[in-house]
Amino acid sequence: MDLFKILSDIEKVDPEVYERFDTRRRAFKYISGMGKAVTAATLPGLLSTMFNKAYGQTSTLAPEIVATLNLALQLEYLERYYYQRGLDTPGLIPSADVPAITIIRDDEVGHIAAIRAVLGTQAFGPDPGATAFDYTAGGKVNPFANAANFYAVSQAFVDTGVRAYKGGAVNLMGNKDILTAALNIHSVEARHSSHIRLLRRGGVSATADVNNLVAKPKSWISGTDGGGSNPPLTTPVYGAGVNPPPAGTPTGVTFPAEDNTTQGAVNVQTGTTFPTIPGVTLTTAQQLAAATEAFDEPLDATTVKTIARNFRSTVGATLGLFN
Amino acid sequence: MTQSPGDELEVNKPLFVPIKRRSFFMYAGATAGATALLLAGCDDDDNNESDIVDVGAGDKGVLNYAYALEQLEAAFYARVLTGQYYAGASTAEKQIFTDIALHEKIHADFFKSVLAGDAIKGLTPNFSTINFDDRTSVLNSAKAFEDLGVAAYNGAGRFITAPLYLVIAGKIVSVEARHAALIRDLITFNSFVGDDVVDFSLTSRQEKSKLPAEVLATANNFLAAGSKLSANSLVA
Repeated sequence: MDLFKILSDIEKVDPEVYERFDTRRRAFKYISGMGKAVTAATLPGLLSTMFNKAYGQTSTLAPEIVATLNLALQLEYLERYYYQRGLDTPGLIPSADVPAITIIRDDEVGHIAAIRAVLGTQAFGPDPGATAFDYTAGGKVNPFANAANFYAVSQAFVDTGVRAYKGGAVNLMGNKDILTAALNIHSVEARHSSHIRLLRRGGVSATADVNNLVAKPKSWISGTDGGGSNPPLTTPVYGAGVNPPPAGTPTGVTFPAEDNTTQGAVNVQTGTTFPTIPGVTLTTAQQLAAATEAFDEPLDATTVKTIARNFRSTVGATLGLFN
Repeated sequence: MTQSPGDELEVNKPLFVPIKRRSFFMYAGATAGATALLLAGCDDDDNNESDIVDVGAGDKGVLNYAYALEQLEAAFYARVLTGQYYAGASTAEKQIFTDIALHEKIHADFFKSVLAGDAIKGLTPNFSTINFDDRTSVLNSAKAFEDLGVAAYNGAGRFITAPLYLVIAGKIVSVEARHAALIRDLITFNSFVGDDVVDFSLTSRQEKSKLPAEVLATANNFLAAGSKLSANSLVA
């Protein structure tokens, strides 16, 4: 790792690089001043700080970026306090699963901090707190009664979150760093969804039953997921969004249901040469299922908010949550 | 951080060199960018083999990059289905690997179809380091491919200019993340996220995405001579 070569390379494309660090002397003084504590592990962070100072954007964020990140932030709060309450409810979460739910809770804490850091004073806030949410959806579900109920509602939250990030991504294209951060959060949410499904479905010890989605170890969304864990409440989590898409949505972007098989004008079921599976004659139904599973679908902000408002308390409504 | 008016003026001055300002932010913006910068600083371009498959430039370059990775994954899982591990696997693991094999073939064929005449050639894999008769070898390889795929899609998002393609990449990456998480849980329960793939700082918790050069350095280990990849023309 040759810092001076990097600076030299940068100088070739940006002769003013040293001025951006104040002066050449002070740039190197700053680097050497980092002293012995600088290691390969800490250097990227220090460099990031330096370069952010030198090249950091000072303009305010575009309104579509602010709106998209604030919706994501509110969904993260919804999840964060949900997992917290689960962990705080004695005997609810099996001990084998406490580490996983703790990880997921901490992921949401990190996502909230990261999004707030990007938004700064434009962030939704202050922190709405646990009382902003009604996790019974007005008495329709009781997620804290037992682990199965808890994971069922959890699945609806995390799947909504994955679809929301996917739908919001195009609004972030004007800032590549913010887009990358959102993508890097989105995939973590998808990993959560996989694990929650593992807990809900047969998982590693499941007996595959082609006719029983719930018993199958499927960490992916098959068709419209049978309306989700608590139909009809969770049916919109897997259904189509607003189509034709809301004004301002880029050309070509639509919000189909999760059983969609047409991607970029290609029918991915009929357009695929399926591999040979030993001992199995692949049926059309299996091909259809796989074609829907291979792609997750985005959801528009309007539909996401409609789903999320089911879990908003009167306190949350007063705060303007999911408005 | 407060900047003096002098800094402000300096920042707003244009760059008098043939590099897009936005491209530079790719390096300057975030920790991940800084890491990429370190890599760029370390590596002099020593890629002078003549049989390299370059994915090309622009959105087509990104799609070909994805097509290349999906080809590799599809070939891997097709091979898994013919191995002794799969033949003796539990019904659950059999179904998991069947599903993933179908998903990856669907992804690969999709990209081939979308790219049509612009598609790179069919790649020849080299899986000689993988023992398809051994569960540990298959699971660890699957984990490596899936984690790499997620990091690759996330890292490539910034290179895409057409919103439709960004959405499609997003539709696929979450499925790859589902694969990765389940495979990881099969290996070690509760490892669906880990600090090897996610920045575990409580102010981040984001996937550690990778830029094409880093991804292809790994992917090329599983490609035969004549099918090694480069992505030198991809610029944000």
